[in-house]
Amino acid sequence: MNITINGAAATIDPLSVQDYLEQLGIDPRRVAVELNREILPKGAYPGTTLKEGDCIEIVHFVGGG
Amino acid sequence: MLEKNDKLVIAGREFDSRLMVGTGKYADFPQMVAAIEASGAQIITVAVRRVNISDRNKESLLDHIDLKKYTLLPNTAGCYSAEDAIRTCRLAREAGLSDFVKLEVLGDEKTLFPNNEELLKAAAVLIKEGFTVLPYTSDDPIVCRRLEDLGCAAVMPLGAPIGSGLGIRNPYNLRIILDTVKVPVIVDAGVGTASDAAIAMELGCHGVLMNTGIAGAQDPIAMALAMNLAVRAGRLAFRAGRIPMKLHANASSPLSGLIA
Repeated sequence: MNITINGAAATIDPLSVQDYLEQLGIDPRRVAVELNREILPKGAYPGTTLKEGDCIEIVHFVGGG
Repeated sequence: MLEKNDKLVIAGREFDSRLMVGTGKYADFPQMVAAIEASGAQIITVAVRRVNISDRNKESLLDHIDLKKYTLLPNTAGCYSAEDAIRTCRLAREAGLSDFVKLEVLGDEKTLFPNNEELLKAAAVLIKEGFTVLPYTSDDPIVCRRLEDLGCAAVMPLGAPIGSGLGIRNPYNLRIILDTVKVPVIVDAGVGTASDAAIAMELGCHGVLMNTGIAGAQDPIAMALAMNLAVRAGRLAFRAGRIPMKLHANASSPLSGLIA
């Protein structure tokens, strides 16, 4: 199925946000996730399954002023 | 010590240091860590950006920052609308689990001056959502008063354009702002060298926030220590109460007992 991840198209198998982060090698404690422009609380990662057409943003902190 | 009982209080939280520093533009993480340490800062700003999905080998900023020691102040740098800034703050809160945000809504890329209309709009929404909002603003006393009225925990007027190093260009506006609002006034942006930071503090500002002034120096770690000392020196001088400026001389040595 097709989703948009950080502005780019991607094709993935249906899976939970938790598993998707793991697959990407991302530590869930260090990021914030927005799903279809709504903040997804960390506790909801395991129970939220990505669907066709979902738009997901994964952000973290970088150096800035 | 004279400095001991002089805490900076923001939204009920006490800080010993009045210098806040950014984490951008350093050559590498060890240099950044050493500079932050030398600055004595307890509040450090960070930016919120997309994770690079294709290259996961890059080190993470938070691997290098002791979160027990420092309070993170995520910024909304690069946001040009209230909507983008609000969205960024919500993500920052979720990533950092803190309500502190440095709210900036920029007007254009050339000046990086704030868009105060959007800034006020964003501040109102974020304060309703429970954020502790520290807004980067023009050195406009009226805008600062409106930000305070909305419930901002501090106001952060610029000393000069971001990254310009031009110093404190309008000390009189800063003084009017200090006279206008009761929340802490933190000079954010424009500081180029230690004397700029000292001037801000001597005016009575409650703190100074900088990034480029330190990270862009030839020796960022030495400049971080210089800024640490300058902020403390300026604060002490402000509290000590300077002598009035006079046009004519006033001898320091007694006039009586002269031999001739």
